[in-house]
Amino acid sequence: MKAAPFALCTPGSIDEAVADLSEHGDDSRVLAGGQSLLPVMAMRRHSPAVLVDLRRLVALDHITVADAHVAIGAMTRQRTVERNESVAGSVRLLALAVPLIAHVTVRNQGTIGGSIAHADPSAELPTVALATHATMVVRGPTGQREIAAADFFLGMHTTAMGADELLTEIRFPLDAPGCGWAFEEVSRRRGDVAIVAVAAMVRLGGDGQVAEARIAMSSVAPTPIRASGAEALLAGHPPSAELFAAAAAEAVLTIDPPSDLNGTSAYRRHLAAVLVRRALATAADRAGR
Amino acid sequence: MTESSNRVEVRVRVNGRDRAAVVDARRTLVELLREDLALTGTHVGCEHGVCGSCTVLVDGASARACLTLAARVDGCAVTTIEGLAGDAGSTMSVLQQSCLERHSFQCGFCTPGILIVATELLAENPDPSEAEVREAIAGNLCRCTGYDSIVAGVLHAASVARGGRS
Repeated sequence: MKAAPFALCTPGSIDEAVADLSEHGDDSRVLAGGQSLLPVMAMRRHSPAVLVDLRRLVALDHITVADAHVAIGAMTRQRTVERNESVAGSVRLLALAVPLIAHVTVRNQGTIGGSIAHADPSAELPTVALATHATMVVRGPTGQREIAAADFFLGMHTTAMGADELLTEIRFPLDAPGCGWAFEEVSRRRGDVAIVAVAAMVRLGGDGQVAEARIAMSSVAPTPIRASGAEALLAGHPPSAELFAAAAAEAVLTIDPPSDLNGTSAYRRHLAAVLVRRALATAADRAGR
Repeated sequence: MTESSNRVEVRVRVNGRDRAAVVDARRTLVELLREDLALTGTHVGCEHGVCGSCTVLVDGASARACLTLAARVDGCAVTTIEGLAGDAGSTMSVLQQSCLERHSFQCGFCTPGILIVATELLAENPDPSEAEVREAIAGNLCRCTGYDSIVAGVLHAASVARGGRS
């Protein structure tokens, strides 16, 4: 199918883009890379009257390394992030997850900010943002504000941003010393939507015990979610297969995954437990090196 | 605030030739190519970014032309399947000739998209492994071949381009 008719506006600055969103409000959508928005418009699940096209906002296409984080402009292409050495060296989880997003052709056009603002619970980047404690930098009519990932994803395709706000930058904290990351995902075919994906981090202390663990799961709830019970269970113990199996069992205790064509709720629960166990083992192994 | 419009002017270089059109804002690149510029070599399958048959190069990077607004390519250079062949279509590219020799394709519907992503792959990686070829074409559906003949054709092209004839 084809998208319903709409008007296009192409602001030349962030302020102009915010003014456009303020003017058109809920009748408008932001066009970043278009790889998620244009399919849902073609299927007529969205028929906005106005698209605010960000293609002229070259200031939103950057990767900047700061003292404590790597800042990535919202319009930076996923393929650019995939090939960036600072990301590969300092935000390991992002480097692991981005190559799993769809296919090269989609990553050539798809943006970091577009995927995070789209807030699809099965997408890789919202899960990465949650696991890495990323900060979303948002501009609105009254200025700029920062939203922690834990407060950003409110529901399926729903974020803490207002209709007149624009995601401009995502700040990913630099990996802490002694930590290892892993990203595990199962999809029907290479590049298909993840039935379940799990991001995990294990940081080992000087005593060889788990000082900190993080687990974030996609596709098991309306937003990516942390398994805080399992994280607490890991802290203070030496890493072992038994410990990771116990954490995996704990991680799926409280989830109620959806059923759809790609998998039943029970299958997703099973996958989540398996992937949490694998991700923790891989992350701990990488932390120990 | 910026002016919003239902119609947009697009100036784009397609296969080395400057073209211009005034189209609806919702016009996609694949519609621009096929219906406004009469370049029907690019196929349109699913119209929502799943099948890969509409893939073209935009400034050298592959893009799904059904997920690209025509307005987005204003000022860009687009290469379609018609642009892969040399001398106005009279000679095939090494990739096209190699795929012909390996009987890569059957019905031809997926052919333009797959040749475009394979062209992108070989430009970046002249000596790909079989796994890298399979990864590169993973976003393009072929319902005829089971892909083995396509992979063979792309690997043959890489070999020929590097100077071998294996």
